[in-house]
Amino acid sequence: MTLVCGWLLYGWIVAVQTKTKKTLAKPNIRNVVVVDGVRTPFLLSGTSYKDLMPHDLARAALTGLLHRTSVPKEVVDYIIFGTVIQEVKTSNVAREAALGAGFSDKTPAHTVTMACISANQAMTTGVGLIASGQCDVIVAGGVELMSDVPIRHSRKMRKLMLDLNKAKSMGQRLSLISKFRLNFLAPELPAVAEFSTSETMGHSADRLAAAFAVSRLEQDEYALRSHSLAKKAQDEGLLSDIVPFKVPGKDTVTKDNGIRPSSLEQMAKLKPAFIKPYGTVTAANSSFLTDGASAILIMAEEKALAMGYKPKAYLRDFMYVSQDPKDQLLLGPTYATPKVLEKAGLTMNDIDAFEFHEAFSGQILANFKAMDSDWFAENYMGRKTKVGLPPLEKFNNWGGSLSLGHPFGATGCRLVMAAANRLRKEGGQYGLVAACAAGGQGHAMIVEAYPK
Amino acid sequence: MVACRAIGILSRFSAFRILRSRGYICRNFTGSSALLTRTHINYGVKGDVAVVRINSPNSKVNTLSKELHSEFTEVMNEIWASDQIRSAVLISSKPGCFIAGADINMLSACKTLQEVTQLSQEAQRILEKLEKSPKPVVAAINGSCLGGGLEVGVPAALDMMLTGRNIRADRAKKMGLVDQLVEPLGPGLKPPEERTMEYLEEVAITFAKGLADKKISPKRDKGLVETFYFTELTAYAMTIPFVRQQVYKKVEEKVRKQTKGLYPAPLKIIDVVKTGIEQGSDAGYLSESQKFGELIMTKESKALMGLYHGQVLCKKNKFGAPQKDVKHLAILGAGLMGAGIAQVSVDKGLKTILKDATLTGLDRGQQQVFRGLNDKVKKKALTSFERDSIFSNLTGQLDYQGFEKADMVIEAVFEDLSLKHRVLKEVEAVIPDHCIFASNTSALPISEIAAVSKRPEKVIGMHYFSPVDKMQLLEIITTEKTSRDTSASAVAVGLKQGKVIIVVKDGPGFYTTRCLAPMMSEVIRILQEGVDPKKLDSLTTSFGFPVGAATLVDEVGVDVAKHVAEDLGKVFGERFGGGNPELLTQMVSKGFLGRKSGKGFYIYQEGVKRKDLNSDMDSILASLKLPPNSEVSSDEDIQFRLVTRFVNEAVMCLQEGILATPAEGDIGAVFGLGFPPCLGGPFRFVDLYGAQKIVDRLKKYEAAYGKQFTPCQLLADHANSPNKKFYQ
Repeated sequence: MTLVCGWLLYGWIVAVQTKTKKTLAKPNIRNVVVVDGVRTPFLLSGTSYKDLMPHDLARAALTGLLHRTSVPKEVVDYIIFGTVIQEVKTSNVAREAALGAGFSDKTPAHTVTMACISANQAMTTGVGLIASGQCDVIVAGGVELMSDVPIRHSRKMRKLMLDLNKAKSMGQRLSLISKFRLNFLAPELPAVAEFSTSETMGHSADRLAAAFAVSRLEQDEYALRSHSLAKKAQDEGLLSDIVPFKVPGKDTVTKDNGIRPSSLEQMAKLKPAFIKPYGTVTAANSSFLTDGASAILIMAEEKALAMGYKPKAYLRDFMYVSQDPKDQLLLGPTYATPKVLEKAGLTMNDIDAFEFHEAFSGQILANFKAMDSDWFAENYMGRKTKVGLPPLEKFNNWGGSLSLGHPFGATGCRLVMAAANRLRKEGGQYGLVAACAAGGQGHAMIVEAYPK
Repeated sequence: MVACRAIGILSRFSAFRILRSRGYICRNFTGSSALLTRTHINYGVKGDVAVVRINSPNSKVNTLSKELHSEFTEVMNEIWASDQIRSAVLISSKPGCFIAGADINMLSACKTLQEVTQLSQEAQRILEKLEKSPKPVVAAINGSCLGGGLEVGVPAALDMMLTGRNIRADRAKKMGLVDQLVEPLGPGLKPPEERTMEYLEEVAITFAKGLADKKISPKRDKGLVETFYFTELTAYAMTIPFVRQQVYKKVEEKVRKQTKGLYPAPLKIIDVVKTGIEQGSDAGYLSESQKFGELIMTKESKALMGLYHGQVLCKKNKFGAPQKDVKHLAILGAGLMGAGIAQVSVDKGLKTILKDATLTGLDRGQQQVFRGLNDKVKKKALTSFERDSIFSNLTGQLDYQGFEKADMVIEAVFEDLSLKHRVLKEVEAVIPDHCIFASNTSALPISEIAAVSKRPEKVIGMHYFSPVDKMQLLEIITTEKTSRDTSASAVAVGLKQGKVIIVVKDGPGFYTTRCLAPMMSEVIRILQEGVDPKKLDSLTTSFGFPVGAATLVDEVGVDVAKHVAEDLGKVFGERFGGGNPELLTQMVSKGFLGRKSGKGFYIYQEGVKRKDLNSDMDSILASLKLPPNSEVSSDEDIQFRLVTRFVNEAVMCLQEGILATPAEGDIGAVFGLGFPPCLGGPFRFVDLYGAQKIVDRLKKYEAAYGKQFTPCQLLADHANSPNKKFYQ
C-alpha cells in the first residue's frame, strides 16, 4: 500500500518537475492559435529570385498559405508583413502583396519594420489585435529580397534634381546645372552599418565573440552543426513549412539552397570577413544574404475551432528587449529569454524546443556564454544568478539561419513554425523562440503545442 | 589654445624620446608566470613568446624613469639570452596608458646638463637595441603613448615631433606608426577593460608568433612613416642635398614664425634631425642627447614644467566630494558665455536647461551649441549620432519650468548688478533648497550679488572665459559666506566640464580681471601715444602672448572692457588709470564693439581671414592723442610696461590673499589670459627673470607715469631679499 502510494507520489512529482505549468492560458484573455504557416524556399540572394520584386515573393508566401490552409480570403480581418530593406515603390509591401494574391481589397494591410525581428513584430501585432478583441483572423508574415536593394543618388544630386524640378526659367536651370560636380554621381548604398555606431553587424559580432572569448574553432564547429542538422532535416522532409514557388520564367523552386555542410578543414581556410586579419567571424560561420518570404495564419482559438481547424500551436507570452547597440548589439536572446520565461511562469527545463535566430555562430555562442555566466547576470542583467544554458540537444534541431538562410524580414515566422512543427514531431509542450536584431533589440516568445 | 601649446611642447619631448623606438612600444598586463618580481616591469612566457608588462608602481600612468630603464634593460637582456623565447610582446598593465613619456620629476631632479644628457643616452641605447632586436618585438599599445618616429627626417614625422600633436589610433595606422588596431571590447565574462587588455595581448602574441615563424612579414623595412608619406619620387628627392637644405629651411621658417623664437625646442629638434641625416645616426643620437640636456636646463623648460605641475594641482578638488552630485544644471542667458557653458556641460552628460528672455536670443544660443558639436562631427571627433544624443541633453526654454529639479543654476546674463539681483530673486523662488546659484561675472563682486539672496551660503562665482569650449580656465570665486560644500560642488562641476580651476577670494575683478585691467589701461595709453594697433599686436605676440593686445580688446568686446575699466577704475582709482577710458566710451557709442559687431580696432567680415584696421578709429585716436615719452617708448619698454603692470597686480593679489597660491596665479594668467606660457606665469616669471629687475623696470616707468607703476610691497620684498622665491 505504502509502496503504491509512494509510486503514485513519485509519478506526480516527476510530472510537476517535467512541466511547471499545464498550460499558459490566462483567464479572461483570448487564446491565440497558429493555424498553420508557410514559407517560400529561402535562397542565396542573386540566385533564382534575383529578378523578382519583394512583393512577388510575399505574394508567393500568401498564396501558398491560402492553398495550405484553404482559408476563405474574406474571413481574414487584417494582414501584417515585416520587412527591413524597403523597396521604395512598394513601401507598404503587405498591401501590394495581398492585393496581388487575390485577397479582398476590403482587407487592410500594413508593413512593420524592426530589423531581424520584423516578422516577429508582425505576428505579435496580430496577437495583440486578436487578444484585444479587435480582430479574429490575421495573416502575418515577412519578406526580404536582398538580390536587389535601393541604391540612391547622393543627397547633393537629389537636391540638385529636386531644385531643377522647381526652377522656372532657363537661367535658373543653367545656374543650377553649373553647380553640378562629378562626385554628385557617387551612389548611396543602403546602410550596411548600424546607424548609431557606424559599425557593421559582422564587426560587432566579431568583437562580441572576442569579448566572450569564443574561439574561431568553436564558431566553425557550431556552423557545421547548423548545416548538418539542416541537411538532415531537409533530407528527411521535416521542413514542411516550405511551399514550392514557380518563379516566372524559371523552374519551380522547391527547397532551400544555402544548406552546404562542409568540413572544419575547409572552413578553417577562410579569412576573417570583418576584422582583418585576426578576427574570427568568416563567411562560413555567418548567415548569408538571403531572399525569401513567410506567412502564417493566426486566429482566436474559438474562431479557428468554429471554422473546423485543428490548430498547430498557441502563441503565448512574448517579450521585446533592447540594450546598448554598440557592445551588446546581438545579445537580445540572453536578455529576452529569462524575462519571457518568468512572465510565463516557466523555467528553462520546461522548454522542449528552442528556436533561436542564428545571425552568426559567434553571436549564438556569445549568448550561450552570457547565459551561462553568473558574473554577466549580476553585472549587466541585474540578476542574482545566471540565466542558464539551453540544452544543445533541444536547440535548433532542424538547422537555423546560418544554414537555412536569413531573409531579414521573414525569419521570425520561420522560427515560430519550426518550433510548432518540432513540438508536433518530437513531442513536448513548450517551445521558445528568440532572436537578436539591429539596434540592439531582441525578442522572445513562448509557443505552446496545441493538444492533439 | 594657450594650454594646447604649452602642453604640446611638454609632450613634444616625451614624444621624441620614445618615438625613436618606432612602434616598438608596449602596453601592460599582470604577470601570470612572472619569473622575477620587479617593481616596474615583469614578464611571463607564453609558449615561446615573452610577454613584458610595464607597470609603474603607485601611478596612474607609466613614465620613463631611471628605474624603468634599468629594469627594462634587464628584462630585454634576459629575453634575448633565452633559447626558449623566440619573440616578445610589450604591453602595459595600466588600462588606457602605455607610456606617458619621460618622468618629469626625474627630469626636474637633474641638476646639470650632463645628468640629463646621460639619462637621454641611456634611453637611446636601450631603444636602439630594441630596434635591432634579433627577435621580433610587438608592442601592444592601449591608450596614450607619447612618441613618434624621428629617424629619417621626414617632414611628416617632423610635424609630429615639433607640435606634439595627438594622433588618434586610426590615423596612426594610416601613417604606418602602428601595424594593427584592436578595437575595445564590450562586456563579456569580465569587465570590458580587463578583457580588452587580454584580447590585445592574445592578438599581439599571435602576431609575435607569426613574425617569429616568418608567417607574417613586418613589411616595414623602409621605416614606418617613410613608406606611407613618401612616394618613391619624394624619397629620392630627399637624397639630394640641395632639396634637403630647402626642406630644412622651409621647416625652420615655419617653426620660427609659429614660435616667434620663444620656444627653443622645435629648432633644436630640426638641428638634431639634420645632424642625423647629414652625419649619420650615431652623430644624430649624440646630438639628440646633448640638445635634450641643454633644453631641459632652459628657463622655458622650467616654466613649462611648472605649468604642468600647476595644472595637475588645479585639476583636483581641494574641497573634497560634494554632498550631492550636480545632475541637473540650468543656465540663465543664452549669450556667448551661457551657450558656451551649456556646450561643455551637455557633452559631459549633464542635463542642462538653457533659458533666455527672448526666442531670438535662445535660438542663437542653441545654434551656437549645435555648431560647436557639429564642428566636432566635421573633424570626426564625434559621430552625428553622438552629436544628436548629446544635444538632446539640452533643453531650451523661456520660462522657469523644470528649475524645481535643478541642482545648480549658473547665471550668465548681462553684467548689470540690478539685473543680476532680479534674476537671483526670480530663481530663488523656483529652485529647491539644495540648489546652488553661481554667477558667471567677470568683475561684479559676488558678495554684492549675494546681498539680495535668502541663502548666501549657496551663492558662488564661476567665471568662465570666452570661448568657453576652447578656454580651459575656470575661476571660482568664494565669498566669506559661501559654504564649503557649495565650493566643492562648483569645483566638481567645473572639473566635469573639463576645466582647469583656480579658486580665489571675492573682490573687485577677482584675480584674472583685476590683473588684466591695469594692462588694458596701459594698452589704451600706448594706443593714445600713437602706436598703431597692428604694431602693438606684434609687440605683444612676439613677447609670447598668444593674442595681440588690441585684438584681445576686440575679442573680449569693447563694451565689456569699458564696463570693467569703469567698475574697477572706481574701486582702485589712480592705480588703474593711465589710458583714457573715453577711448572705449567713444568706440561703444559708435558701435565698434569688437568682433561681435564686426568692427573694433579691426574690421571683421564673415569668411575673411585678413584683418584690416578700422580706419574710422583714426579720428577717435587722434582726438585723444597723447605725446609719447621717448624715455619709455622703445619696443621693449612698451612690452615691459604692459607685462610689469600685469605682474605687479598679480603679486598684489597674492599679497592681499585674493590668491591662495602662486601656482594658481600662474595657471590663471596663462590659461585664462594668455600670459606667455614660455614665461610660466607672472610668479614664475618673477622667479626666473628676477624680482629686482622687474622692480627696476617698474621704478623707471613710475618715474615717467607715477603711481600706476609703484611696485607692491610683496614684490619689493622679493627684490630686497634675492633668496625669496614664489617657488622654492
